[in-house]
Amino acid sequence: MPPVPSRRSGDHLLTMRGIEKRFGAVRALSGVDFRVREGEVVALVGDNGAGKSTLVKVLAGVHPADGGAIELDGERVQISTPADAQDLGIATVFQDLALCENLDVVANLWLGREVTVQGRLDEVEMEERTWGLLRELAAKLPSVRVPVASLSGGQRQTVAIARSLIGEPRIVILDEPTAALGVAQTAEVLNLIERLRDRGHGVVLISHNLADVLAVADRIVVLRLGRNNGEYTAEEATSEVLIAAITGAVDNSRPTGPPPPRPPQDDGPTAPVIPLPSRRRDPGRPR
Amino acid sequence: MSDAGGARLADRLRSADLGRLPVVAGLIVIAIVFQALNPVFLSSRNLVDLTMQCAALGTIALGIVLVLLIGQIDLSVGSVAGLAAAILAVGYVQRGWPVALALAAAVGAGALVGVLYGVLCTRLGLPSFVVTLAGLLGFLGAQLWVLGDAGSINLPFDSAIVQFAQHGYLPAWTSYALSVAAAVAYTAVLALRARRRAAANLDSERMPLIVLRGILLGAGLLGFSWYLHRSRGVGVMFVLFVVLVVVAHLALTRTRWGRAVYAVGGSVEAARRAGIHVDRVIISVFALCSALAATGGILFAARLAAANQSTGAGDVNLNAIAAAVIGGASLFGGRGSAFAALLGVVVIQAISSGLTLLNLSAAVQFMVTGVVLVLAVAADAVSRRSRAATGRG
Repeated sequence: MPPVPSRRSGDHLLTMRGIEKRFGAVRALSGVDFRVREGEVVALVGDNGAGKSTLVKVLAGVHPADGGAIELDGERVQISTPADAQDLGIATVFQDLALCENLDVVANLWLGREVTVQGRLDEVEMEERTWGLLRELAAKLPSVRVPVASLSGGQRQTVAIARSLIGEPRIVILDEPTAALGVAQTAEVLNLIERLRDRGHGVVLISHNLADVLAVADRIVVLRLGRNNGEYTAEEATSEVLIAAITGAVDNSRPTGPPPPRPPQDDGPTAPVIPLPSRRRDPGRPR
Repeated sequence: MSDAGGARLADRLRSADLGRLPVVAGLIVIAIVFQALNPVFLSSRNLVDLTMQCAALGTIALGIVLVLLIGQIDLSVGSVAGLAAAILAVGYVQRGWPVALALAAAVGAGALVGVLYGVLCTRLGLPSFVVTLAGLLGFLGAQLWVLGDAGSINLPFDSAIVQFAQHGYLPAWTSYALSVAAAVAYTAVLALRARRRAAANLDSERMPLIVLRGILLGAGLLGFSWYLHRSRGVGVMFVLFVVLVVVAHLALTRTRWGRAVYAVGGSVEAARRAGIHVDRVIISVFALCSALAATGGILFAARLAAANQSTGAGDVNLNAIAAAVIGGASLFGGRGSAFAALLGVVVIQAISSGLTLLNLSAAVQFMVTGVVLVLAVAADAVSRRSRAATGRG
């Protein structure tokens, strides 16, 4: 595999500032800041109900934000629908993957974006580019012509991630990509995430699994009760520090790195989101 | 490559996903049993009759295959077939419309029915089972209403439609030429694909294997044509049915629409998120199914030279659905091919023909067909379960 030149730069590809989101009376996000650079893996961690999924859904256009600003390359953008997000080069791999199990790998990768010649599907072109993409990701699949139903969980995750790259997105969002995987498959997916970084994509990784997060993330953003509660670089983060931030043992108004501008108002103890005890099993990994 | 082919077959054997193998094996068993019981079964004459009986029901079954592929069902194909036959007869015979207009009106009415089903299923979210059950009753009523007091309308024997269905046989040289042309086209398509794949460094089938497959297809078609031509020959109606199957197969496997059909059958949510207009796909499939049912109804009427109250009634509905399932279209959606209609209808009609030759009553025919249907659905369910089991891997 030819090494892809890292396009790492200091400029932020994506900046989200003061994002607000309400669901009825519930304030799911209040004044959340979030940034992603090119070729950077940013992990988004937090307990259940901390607002990780909501933030990502705002970014993916599933739930438009109620307030705050989203900038892409320094330009203000509006993300109101999933199509908007896609057009802006933001691809999301949701936890349920949304693959058609009866279709083979190539068909799933190109679904809805098939390459055609005079109305006929160009299977050769699609298969060739599928192999190319998988090679670039150093992904191991037995064949690209088997139905997805016959693939393992990690292989399905690979297919879903590869599919998100078809439109050459700038930002790839991965929602709990390792949640249902065993140890070996998890390692495979983590490798894949590093390839995404090497290709210059900005990667947003949501995970409950701190071991995975510490293994691949360049920067870790902690959310708690719908607010930022700390931001750590890979070097300074440890499980203990992260758990303290996630559970609220530390109240971080001292984010490291350049301090994100925080809205000055403080509503005090109004955040009604109640943290639930984690219900997720993390297979084989200590928390 | 042959190694890859062998591995693929082994994979499929392990996962009990045998594709068309069980149907073909079943068909061979049926042929051997009935031939042993009555040597007329495999005679040229009986096979010609068999092909002609397959055409109408098979055309309807082809539509059923399409709706099964998107995970829906159409229970009303018999009524729609009857309605189309009635419209054709009334328009052509009573109103004196030109043939083309009467045919277009009949098929168009079918397509409209399908669009109506599709809209009800997608816009209102009604289950297709209920919508088409209502259609079964409603369009049976419409059929009776169109036929009016007469209840039965004969199509003139010298009309083009009846001539086509009853006396339309290919001249021997035409069927031989068509057989050769089909084999050559098949080989050429495979060879071109193999060359493109090889050029792109993808695994491709080896030339000798492709030529062998082409020769086998050609020989099979030529032999079949020759055998049928010892009697009346290859019916144009049967050729029409086979052409419809091939066209449907190409549309399903080579176009974006076909890919969308399979995707919707696999997972509606995944298809929607991939940007497929799921509603449009569903409506188009229902429209095609009903249009094919209408075409089948026209073929029934043409073969009988009459449209009456029992056209498309009785076992037509259920036989068409049974044929699709026996041929290998999964009731769970997303699996099956257009050839399921061809294979399934041949099985159904072979059983029916064999039992008729043995002078067995309709009672036995229904029961045997029922057993075969259960076997086919059981095979589908088992292969689905083992796919799920191996799928976890």
